[in-house]
Amino acid sequence: MTDAKPIRVLIAKPGLDGHDRGAKVVARALRDSGMEVIYTGLRQTPEQIVETAIQEDVQVIGLSILSGAHNFLFPKVMELLNKKNVQDILVIAGGVIPDEDIPLLKEVGIREIFTPGTPTSDIVNFIKNNVKNNVDDEN
Amino acid sequence: MADKESLDNLAKHKKEWEEKILNKVLDKGHERYEKFLTGSNIEVDRMYTELDIQELDYLRDLGFPGDYPYTRGIYPTMYRGRLWTMRQYAGFGTAEESNKRYKFLLSQGQTGLSVAFDLPTQMGYDSGHPLSRGEVGKVGVAIDSLKDMEILFEGIPLDKVSTSMTINAPAAILLAMYISLGEKQGISPDQLSGTIQNDILKEYVARGTYIFPPEPSMRLITNIFEFCSIHMPKWNTISISGYHIREAGATAIQEVAFTLSDGIAYVEAALKAGLAIDDFAPRLSFFFNAHNDLFEEVAKFRAARRLWAKIMKQRFKAQNPKSMMLRFHTQTAGSTLTAQQPDNNIVRVAIQALASVLGGTQSLHTNSRDEALALPAEDSVRIALRTQQIIAYESGVTETIDPLAGSYYIEYLTNTIEQKAQEYIEKIDKLGGAPKAIEKGFMQQEIQNSAYEYQMAVESGRRIVVGVNKFHVEEEPVKGLLRVNPAVGKLQEARIKELKASRDNLAVEAALKELTDCAKTEKNLMPVIIKCVKAYCTLGEICNVLRDVFGEYKASMNI
Amino acid sequence: MDIIQGVLNGDTRSIAKLITLIEERSPKANEILKQLFRFTGNAITIGITGPPGAGKSSIINQLAKKFRNKNKKVGIIAIDPTSPFTGGTLLGDRIRMQDLTLDEGIYIRSMGSRGKLGGLSQASYDAVKVLDAAGMDYIIIETVGVGQSEVDIIRLADIVVLVLVPGMGDDVQAIKAGVMEIGDIFVVNKSDIDGSDRLVNEIRMNLELNPKKSSFKPPVIKTVATTGEGIETLDETINQVYHELSINGIISDRRKQHAQQELQELIKDFYLKKINSSFPAEIIAYTEKILKKEIDPYSAANAILEKEE
Repeated sequence: MTDAKPIRVLIAKPGLDGHDRGAKVVARALRDSGMEVIYTGLRQTPEQIVETAIQEDVQVIGLSILSGAHNFLFPKVMELLNKKNVQDILVIAGGVIPDEDIPLLKEVGIREIFTPGTPTSDIVNFIKNNVKNNVDDEN
Repeated sequence: MADKESLDNLAKHKKEWEEKILNKVLDKGHERYEKFLTGSNIEVDRMYTELDIQELDYLRDLGFPGDYPYTRGIYPTMYRGRLWTMRQYAGFGTAEESNKRYKFLLSQGQTGLSVAFDLPTQMGYDSGHPLSRGEVGKVGVAIDSLKDMEILFEGIPLDKVSTSMTINAPAAILLAMYISLGEKQGISPDQLSGTIQNDILKEYVARGTYIFPPEPSMRLITNIFEFCSIHMPKWNTISISGYHIREAGATAIQEVAFTLSDGIAYVEAALKAGLAIDDFAPRLSFFFNAHNDLFEEVAKFRAARRLWAKIMKQRFKAQNPKSMMLRFHTQTAGSTLTAQQPDNNIVRVAIQALASVLGGTQSLHTNSRDEALALPAEDSVRIALRTQQIIAYESGVTETIDPLAGSYYIEYLTNTIEQKAQEYIEKIDKLGGAPKAIEKGFMQQEIQNSAYEYQMAVESGRRIVVGVNKFHVEEEPVKGLLRVNPAVGKLQEARIKELKASRDNLAVEAALKELTDCAKTEKNLMPVIIKCVKAYCTLGEICNVLRDVFGEYKASMNI
Repeated sequence: MDIIQGVLNGDTRSIAKLITLIEERSPKANEILKQLFRFTGNAITIGITGPPGAGKSSIINQLAKKFRNKNKKVGIIAIDPTSPFTGGTLLGDRIRMQDLTLDEGIYIRSMGSRGKLGGLSQASYDAVKVLDAAGMDYIIIETVGVGQSEVDIIRLADIVVLVLVPGMGDDVQAIKAGVMEIGDIFVVNKSDIDGSDRLVNEIRMNLELNPKKSSFKPPVIKTVATTGEGIETLDETINQVYHELSINGIISDRRKQHAQQELQELIKDFYLKKINSSFPAEIIAYTEKILKKEIDPYSAANAILEKEE
């Protein structure tokens, strides 16, 4: 029998770059580990990502950028989530992100950054270990 | 082809060797793997002999350099005559900064320019557009209007360099800017040489920077073919690209198959638009990837050349030999670079560059060691360029043509890749050709399956990536990465504002109106796009007009 | 905010959270649904189904914009099959609806079919009720026509739109019997490609041969969803068909059937749960006996039910 409460994840590509190989490989790996994965395609604005996450009530948002626009777009997503008072979503990110940018991104609330070469199993495990599956206790 | 008697004799001796010598060793211990595979999962035998290429007919299948089917190369003297063009893809920030980088590269012995545009430019948005936030000047230079192009090429005479521009959906507009810039320098279009990528099909398949739906996009492309066949004889009107298909996860076979299928679609579109095959086909060029599996990559280039020659001659009845020659640019594989131990990437790039030279490339970009981390810094770019120069001047591989020809393994791989690519092309033909196959998601699905399989092979340890899943060390963060000035966006916005205040806005409106009208007809769009560019319409303004008339493309889900 | 009040006010987060509770079969969800029930029954529910790649999401994208032009609120539920092996799902229907995300009069939810093989789960029925109570004027349910779900859709929707495209094998011949009969409106999408007229004719002929709905003849419409061509007509046709089916009593018949089926399903679920918890040992014991051929499953079921009585 499969898990009756699959973890819901939004995989989103903010910004203009069209390189979605990584995002799609991760989406597929998460699906194969039993999660419900919502993929929204290329070129989403931070506003669209946050609104989609709320409508879909996901527990996790995974952001992917390869164009170098992460220092602008990731904090923007976090800012909008805070503005909408959304505190219960785990936000993780991946892409071509220099080590020296990581502390700043973690400071604004991105919980983990997965750089090239990360096994998908690490991402699956990180999500499983960090998502609180306690919807019944909320509200 | 060897005669039957000697082949039989060889087979007999091979069997004896297996029984008397090989099996003893195999009994003692296994080989490292039960099955050996190339980077693209072609099974590799212990060793190859003439038995594996029995069908090979030298004159029919290999021929001579500069002669059909061009397996050994497209020029009779190859690198003995002229080395490949060393062309480093570059561009970032403002036009001023990129201009400086180009002058640096030219001073270091680079022989051609390759312009990288930022994503807003590639997507047809001005720097001030909301979607451009955070992206201006990041992966390339920001070009909003002819003004920026004038700065970008300041002090670089266009008749002295050949320029390659990685631009697709708005290729017609950037080409129009280049033509207008040439005129300002007193150089007529027929003197300009260079390439626009202009390959929209692979954008839908793999790279993602599309704007318009397929049909009007194909029209823009055939408009360019037609315009250039009359006015720009030295210009490569398209660079049919397997590079990004491979980067998205395709195998070498898929790279060849999907690229040539796209090529077939462009030829068919041009023929349908009424062009004659030998009028445009000599200006088609290709762009391939070079991966780590050295022999497979060399074989891939040879197979692609032979297959394309056959397609042009047999399927499209081309008469001009130039129409049958597959000329290509190569870039080393960005997706093989690792963020871990980045100096290892120098070695990877050297092997990949060597593969492309042994495969007979016409031009080459070598990636820099730090590209899994950021845009390349200047000292990294220098090493990358030096890698090409060492191969060119020190390795000796340039002194004879197609030096690996006749290797049993290379010829076997060349045959195998050609045959399997041919099977894919037939499948795509059955689906109704490349555009239909793309619409159905066929290529995308195949590529994603390969990407996923590869990832799983790395995670299971069946494939080793040095420094990633083996030979790992703890590392300090890399210092000195290139940083694009975050103020570029503001700078560009200010520049557009200034432009809009100083240009003749009545002329702009008139030109854009003419473009709207022309887009609704079936007339060639190039002349009116040139008119718009000269009136200093911005790239975004021109693309918005075309968006209104043509609509926008949305990809579907394929995982 | 109280989740019930939130839903009634049309608050996005409350709607989203409640649907999650429903999907996870939380007992709390039932309590809330009980209180929301009296606020339901006002929306028009439209099922949109058809084979993969027919352009359903693109049609919904365009259609929702038409509804919004008339200032109507729209809820969209897009259902994709869950893998029975891993429990995972890729939900990609939103890709073609991203234009709608920031419109405050639209709510979109992607759902995996979870558990229920091929068909629609109770959760999707309840999610429709939530959107209904939240004041949506139209609720669109998208299902992929590859299994049971496209037939299940008539148990959930007031009217069903069947989307087809030319060039998908043997066209109408390939579509399973039963599927053709559920369509109230037929849409031939991508009608700019070859073969669309032939497909329209095939559908019309097929409808002639199946004169099930004697008085009502389902219209056939051509669209090009990517450009929006034909969507205006689809919008008008939906309203006409809804009107016509309301006048001749078909809509109310359907709603009656839906209510009855739902009641029966709930009784079945409720009863099964009760039996499962009252007689766990007996169920295991009888299963063993069935395997050993000591008893047949029919008699075994009777024996357990008799204990209950």
